[in-house]
Amino acid sequence: MTVWKPGLFAAALAMAAPLAATAQEVLTIGVRSEASSLDPHWTQLSADLQVQEHIFEKLVALDSASQPIPGLAVSWEPLDETTWEFKLREGVKWHDGEDFTADDVVFSFDRLRAGISGAPASPAFQLEKGRKMWEKIDDYTVHITTDGPYPTVAEDLAMLPIVAEHVASGVTASVDFNSGQAAIGTGPFLFEEYSPGSSISVVKNPNWWGGDVHWDQVVFRPITQDASRLAALRNGDVDLIDYPPTIDLPQLREDPDFTVSTIAADRLIYMQPGYKHVEPFITDKDGNVMVPNPLRDWRVRKALSLAINREAIRDRIMGGASLPAKNIVPPGFFGYVDGLEADPYDPEGAQALLAEAGYGDGFNITIHGPNDRYINDARILEAVAQMWSRVGIITEVDAMPRNIFFSRLIRGDELSMPGFDVPEFSMAMTGWGTVAGEATYTVSGTLETYNAATGGGNGNFGRYSNAEVDARSVLAKRTIDPEARLAILQEAITIGMEDYAYIPIHFQVNNWAMKAGLEHQPRTNERTLAMEVKRVE
Amino acid sequence: MTEFILKRVLQALLVLIVMTMLVFFGVNVVGNPVYIFASSECDQACLNKIIVDLGLDRPIWEQYLTFVGNMLQGDLGNSFTHGVPALHLIFERLPATLELAFAALVIALVVGLPLGMVAGLRPEAWYSKGIMGFSMIGFSLPVFWIGLIMILVFSVQLGWMPAIGRGDTAVVLGIESSFFTLDGLHHLLMPAFTLSLIMMAMVIRLTRAGMREVLFADYIKFARANGIRERRILSVHVMKNILIPIVTVLGMEFGGVIAFAVVVESIFSWPGVGKMLIDAIGVLDRPLIVAYLVFVVFMFVILNLAVDILYSVLDPRVRLDGRPS
Repeated sequence: MTVWKPGLFAAALAMAAPLAATAQEVLTIGVRSEASSLDPHWTQLSADLQVQEHIFEKLVALDSASQPIPGLAVSWEPLDETTWEFKLREGVKWHDGEDFTADDVVFSFDRLRAGISGAPASPAFQLEKGRKMWEKIDDYTVHITTDGPYPTVAEDLAMLPIVAEHVASGVTASVDFNSGQAAIGTGPFLFEEYSPGSSISVVKNPNWWGGDVHWDQVVFRPITQDASRLAALRNGDVDLIDYPPTIDLPQLREDPDFTVSTIAADRLIYMQPGYKHVEPFITDKDGNVMVPNPLRDWRVRKALSLAINREAIRDRIMGGASLPAKNIVPPGFFGYVDGLEADPYDPEGAQALLAEAGYGDGFNITIHGPNDRYINDARILEAVAQMWSRVGIITEVDAMPRNIFFSRLIRGDELSMPGFDVPEFSMAMTGWGTVAGEATYTVSGTLETYNAATGGGNGNFGRYSNAEVDARSVLAKRTIDPEARLAILQEAITIGMEDYAYIPIHFQVNNWAMKAGLEHQPRTNERTLAMEVKRVE
Repeated sequence: MTEFILKRVLQALLVLIVMTMLVFFGVNVVGNPVYIFASSECDQACLNKIIVDLGLDRPIWEQYLTFVGNMLQGDLGNSFTHGVPALHLIFERLPATLELAFAALVIALVVGLPLGMVAGLRPEAWYSKGIMGFSMIGFSLPVFWIGLIMILVFSVQLGWMPAIGRGDTAVVLGIESSFFTLDGLHHLLMPAFTLSLIMMAMVIRLTRAGMREVLFADYIKFARANGIRERRILSVHVMKNILIPIVTVLGMEFGGVIAFAVVVESIFSWPGVGKMLIDAIGVLDRPLIVAYLVFVVFMFVILNLAVDILYSVLDPRVRLDGRPS
C-alpha cells in the first residue's frame, strides 16, 4: 500500500538540486499580471507584450522614453509622401540559427493582415492605419507605402513584432508559441519554459546582435496580490517587482535593503465629461434632469478642474508617485507643450466661475470609474468627489470592476449597434496611454470629434467636438515634416485643454521595487524588461 | 442501489443543463470582453474585427447552441486569452488545487478531530475552552487576513517559509505532485494550513457536539458497564457515530474548497484553478469562465453522490434504495 520509498525521495531531491547549485545569474521578477500567450500577434495585453519583448523584436524599438530607435531595422526614411524605406539589420540570426531577412518581415505582416483566427486583439490594426502595403525590395530592404501622406509609420511598426517565416508558417496560433515550438525570435532571450500560473522563464541568447545581457536566466512569476508580491520581494523569493503598493513606497525608499525605480508613465488619468444635451447623471438640487447639460459650459469644466487638489491626491493617495498634469502626453514625448501647467487648487476661483456660469447653487452629479484598472483608481475617484462636493457640486461615486466599466464607458448599453455607440456616463474617470511615444494619436483619439468611419475620436467617450481641434488633428495626421507636425499638435492640444475638453488629473508614475544592488532603467510604457536591469556593486 | 444511482444521474443531467444556461447567459450579459482586449488605438473597424474573431457577432442563442453542441462532444471551447481549449487549461491547473485541498483536508482532520474529542471529553477544562476559542477564531477571521499575516510573520519576519508559489514537484506512480519533494511540502504548508482553518474549526465543533451527544447515549453506558476499555469505546463506538455529520459537512466543504480556493490561491500565488478563474473573470475570458463553472457543477454532483454512498457504509440505518430498513 505505501509507496513512499527513500530512493524516490532522494531522486526527487537530486532533480531539484542542480537549479540551486550552479552559480548562474538569475533574475526573478514578480509581476502583477500573468502573460497568457507567447504569440506576439495574439493580444495587446501589456502583461503578454512585456514577456514577448524578451524573445521577439520589432523593426523599430522604443527607448525608455518610448521614442523610436533602430531595432531590426537600422534606418528608415520617407522616399516620397507615401513611401517609406526601411533598411534591415544584417547578420541577425533567429534563435534556431537561421538568418533574419526581409521575407520574415513580409511574412509577419501578411500573417497579421490575413487575420489570426481566435485572436482576441491582434495588432493588425496598426497596418490598417494609412492602409499600409509592404514590399520586399531585396533581402535587407522593405518599402512601406500608405494611401496618403502618413507621418507615423515608424511608430506604428514599433508595435509589430516580427516572427520567423520558417518557424511560424502553418503553426497553430498561440498554442504552438506557448509550447515553445514557435517561440523563436531574434531577441536577447530564448524561450525556456512556460508553466501556466506559476512561471515563465527565458535564458540568455549568447548571439544577440544587441550585445551582452546581464542575466543567464530570467523568471517571471505572476503574483496578483499587491501585499503578497511585496512580501515575496521582502523575503527574497523574487528580486524585483512591478507595481509595489503605493502605501509602502515611502518605507521602501528609506529601507537600505531595497531600491525603488520611478518614472512618469505615458498614462494620463483624467475626468471625461459627457457632452450630450441632456446627461442622465446630472440633476439640479431638486433631482430634476438639467437642460442644457451644465458640463457643456467650459466655465463649469474649468471650475471642476480648479476644484481638484492634485497635490493632495499625489501626496496622500499616491505615495508621492504621480505627476499633476494639464498636458496630455508626459514630458519628453513628441507633442508635449511647455508651459501648459496643471491647474492650481483654487476652490474660491471655482465657486466664482460656477456662479458666473449661473450654477452658483451647484448641482448633483454621479461620477463613474473603474476600481481595478489604474493605480488607486477608486480612491482618486472618492477624493475628487469630496473636492467637488466642497465647491457645491454634490458628487456621488459609482466605482465598478473594469470589465463592466469599459463596456459602459465606450458603448453604453448592450443593445447599441457598432458604430452607433452611446457612451453612458456623464462624468467618468478613465486613462489614456500614449504608447507610440508621440501625440498624434492621442490628439486624434481623445480630442477629435468621434467618427467611426475615419477612426477619429475613438477614445473620445464624452463626444467632445471642436472644429478648431479637428482641423489641426486631421492635418497633423497627414504632415510628414516633424517640426510642422509638432507645431500643429501643440496648437491642437493647447486649444483642447484650454477649453477643458477633459479634466486631466495626473500622469501615473510607475514604480518598481528591487533588492539593493540592482539597478533598473524604468520605462514610460510600464514594461518591465530584464535587459534594463543589472547588478551593481 | 442501481436505481438510486440512475435517478441521481438523471437529476444531475437536469442540473447541468439548467446550470449551463444560467452560467452562459449570465456571463454573457456582464461587460464586453472586446473592450478589455482592444488597444486604445483600436478604431471601430478594428473593434468589429475582434467581435467577429471572438464569435460575438452571432446572436446569443446561436452561440449557446454551438456551445451545447460542442459540450456534448466534450469540447468546452477555447479560452480567449490563451487560445487553448478551456478544459485543457482546467486540467493543467487542477492537480495543484487538488493537492492544496487534499492537504488542507488532512490537516483539518488530523488536528481537528483530536482537539474536538478533547474538548468534548472535558468541556469545562481551561484547555477545552481554549480549543473552542481557537475554533471561533478559525471561523470568524477572514482567510485573506490570516494568509497575509502568516506570510508577514513566517516568510518576511522569520524567513522560515517561502511566501509564494508552488515548490518543486516529482512524479510518483504517474502522479505529479509537490507532496513528494521537501521543497514542495515546504511551499505547501502555509497555504494548506490557511485553507484548512475553516474546515478545521468546523471539524472541532462538530466533533465536540457529537461527543457530547454520543457519550451519554445508552450504548456507551452499556459498553462501559460491559467493561470495554475507554480507549476502545472512544476510538470505535464513539468515533463511528460522530463521523457521520462530519463526513456530510466535509464532503460539501471539500467541493467548495476545490472550486473556490480562490482567495488562498491568489494570496499565495498558487497556480491552481481558483487563481485561473479570477484571472479569467478579470479579462472576461467567457469560454474559460463558463467551462470552469460547468466543470464545478459536474464535480459537485459527483461529490454529492460520493457522500451519499459513503453514508451507507458508515451508517447501516441509511438505505440508498429508499426502502425502509
